[in-house]
Amino acid sequence: MRTIFLILKREYLVRVKKKSFLIMTFVTPLLVSCLWLVPIFFAMRDIDQKKVEVIDENGKFARTFKNTSQLVFTPVKLPVELAKKDFAQSGYDVLVHIPKDILENPKSLKIYAEKNVSLEVKNGIENAVEQEIENIRLLEAGIDRKVLESTKANVSSDTYSLSEEGEKDSSSGAATGIGYFCAFVIYMAIFIYGVQVMRGVMEEKTNRIVEVIISSVKPFQLMAGKITGVALVGLTQFMLWILLTFGMSSVLSSFLGQRVGPQNRVEMMTQPPAQNQTAPAEKPKSEQQNNPVNSVLKAISTLDIPLIIGCFLIYFIGGYLIYSALFAAVGSAVDSDTDVQQFMFPVTMPLVLSFIMAQFVIREPDGAVAFWMSMIPFTSPIIMMVRIPFGVPFWEIAASVVALIIGFLGTAWLAARIYRVGILMYGKKPSYKELAKWLFYKV
Amino acid sequence: MNILETHHIVKQYAQHRALDDVSINIPRGQIFGLLGPNGAGKTSLIRIINQITGPDQGEVFFDGQPLGPQHIGRIGYLPEERGLYKKMKVGEQLLYLAQLKGLSERQALDKLKDWFVKFDIKTWWTKNVEDLSKGMQQKIQFVATVMHEPDLIILDEPFSGFDPINANLIKDEILELRQKGSTIIFSTHRMESVEELCDHIALINRSKKVLDGPKKAIKEQFKTNTYHVEYQGILNDLNPTYTVLDKKPLEDGYQRANIRIPPDAAVNDLVRDLIDHVTVRSFGENIPSMNDIFIKAVGEVPTT
Repeated sequence: MRTIFLILKREYLVRVKKKSFLIMTFVTPLLVSCLWLVPIFFAMRDIDQKKVEVIDENGKFARTFKNTSQLVFTPVKLPVELAKKDFAQSGYDVLVHIPKDILENPKSLKIYAEKNVSLEVKNGIENAVEQEIENIRLLEAGIDRKVLESTKANVSSDTYSLSEEGEKDSSSGAATGIGYFCAFVIYMAIFIYGVQVMRGVMEEKTNRIVEVIISSVKPFQLMAGKITGVALVGLTQFMLWILLTFGMSSVLSSFLGQRVGPQNRVEMMTQPPAQNQTAPAEKPKSEQQNNPVNSVLKAISTLDIPLIIGCFLIYFIGGYLIYSALFAAVGSAVDSDTDVQQFMFPVTMPLVLSFIMAQFVIREPDGAVAFWMSMIPFTSPIIMMVRIPFGVPFWEIAASVVALIIGFLGTAWLAARIYRVGILMYGKKPSYKELAKWLFYKV
Repeated sequence: MNILETHHIVKQYAQHRALDDVSINIPRGQIFGLLGPNGAGKTSLIRIINQITGPDQGEVFFDGQPLGPQHIGRIGYLPEERGLYKKMKVGEQLLYLAQLKGLSERQALDKLKDWFVKFDIKTWWTKNVEDLSKGMQQKIQFVATVMHEPDLIILDEPFSGFDPINANLIKDEILELRQKGSTIIFSTHRMESVEELCDHIALINRSKKVLDGPKKAIKEQFKTNTYHVEYQGILNDLNPTYTVLDKKPLEDGYQRANIRIPPDAAVNDLVRDLIDHVTVRSFGENIPSMNDIFIKAVGEVPTT
């Protein structure tokens, strides 16, 4: 145990002290926080008010446009041609032209601007005019808007999953997102850290230090120490990523916030710019649609978060252990990078396959393929993680975890037997037949 | 008392028997030369002693007990193929290797300090191994092998990669280690260092032990009872039981001859006989060199 710990400590410290580790650890969260802050930053810059002049030849749209923080509307009484000519000097950013025959010909609405108008502005104006036309037509038909409103049924479905605990609010959107995210993280982590294990084994073998080390420790101890050491590196990196991403994001966003002013910021955070308050009657619906952050948060809160986190850790660690043992065996069997490919393919195939299958499983999380792939230890870390947010019976998870543990023990045994022979074999590249023989060598 | 004994070791790889019934006894406090041509099975035997692999048959005894994990800390091993972690600092690396041998960090630090003073390499402590020259790395590895003061030190070609000055330094260290009571297994192809250092040798050829014993006894065994003489005059009419093997003139008018006498004959009689016939400048026994013995025993020239 002491020797495993010593090896683990070395493997961990050597990697954590590397410059590349530090750079990756700090740059990645910075990139991530920039990735989601930059759009917000630009969106906030767009927030500077746009002055819109409205030429309402029809005359019924005077009260259609309500000023918002982004758009200030001014009715102008000018011939269109003149307004267009003077537009550059007028000081307005956007010119909206509502022709006389707008009611008969709704497509004749025209929006002019020096540069292209943003989709949001365009949609906002179009919606407002559309609404107004509807209102006018309704009025002409003798129907009060309010009456109509009361006849409208606002259908938007909430999905519920039925289980023994009763009805639970669930959101398949959030489940899909979380499942896919977890699967992706596990997939990437297995690859990144599994390959690190393999490189470490190859380094020891090609450096020939392995002979010195295994005159002091058992090959299995060396392999186990290396695998766990790299696992801790991975966990450290993930923890730091999470902490730093949150930290940097909040620092950056408060920095941005100061520049734009708190009011706007609050507005930005709580309501996306697409929402123009042009149609108060429709507000309930649009609020639900336009506030995806809230609805996602709400949907996420309906998921069984502790279960997901627990399972994520189990499958993350289990999947990593299985594959890194195999990667270690590959590293021990080869002498050089060029020989790696031949053995990498069969080892990574189930991993890649399960990642590809994940998108089908996500559509049918209770299908037979999903079930079996989430039982097989080589594919379960990814497939089961995709399924869990949709709700998986407890016995399935338990069976899958047991299979994962058995799978790990089997793989570790297999890998250790190849490893102990491989690290002392130099020269020719072994064939699969030879690898199979190594399993039964008496060492 | 033998520090290490192997009894009838057999090691079989798939098609190849690497060791076949090899029994050797390594007396304590000696430098034991383990000789043999390439591929004879030396490395296999060394790996078994280091518990890197196990024998298929036979037993190994360390200090009277069956060899086991508890002996790892009492053995130091310098493999022929040297290697250290390239991206690790010298000091950290040595501490790590010492701890794997069972030393505490404190103990390791104390012992390493002495070695760093002794070799005058204090400034290397914080250097990366890859920044050191090959010879410097070899020195570090030598320190790594012996720093835990093992009872048994196995050195596989310890002088390769060293310049003559450092080779001498290492040689002195080896002698000093023996002085302090360590036993050294010394595997090499360089017969001149065997000649110089070893007390005891064993020769393995084609997986079998062909020769084993104290160096002196082996030389005795390979003695051919021949003598060389440098003389002036005509070397004729010697005792008929003596055989003159060859004669060749030297540049300064002297001649040199090799003479074999029967095993039971006395050397003094030969000397007397020579003095009666020729003017003797020098006379001596032809003692077989380790090189000769190696060639005779193996039937081939030792290759480095």
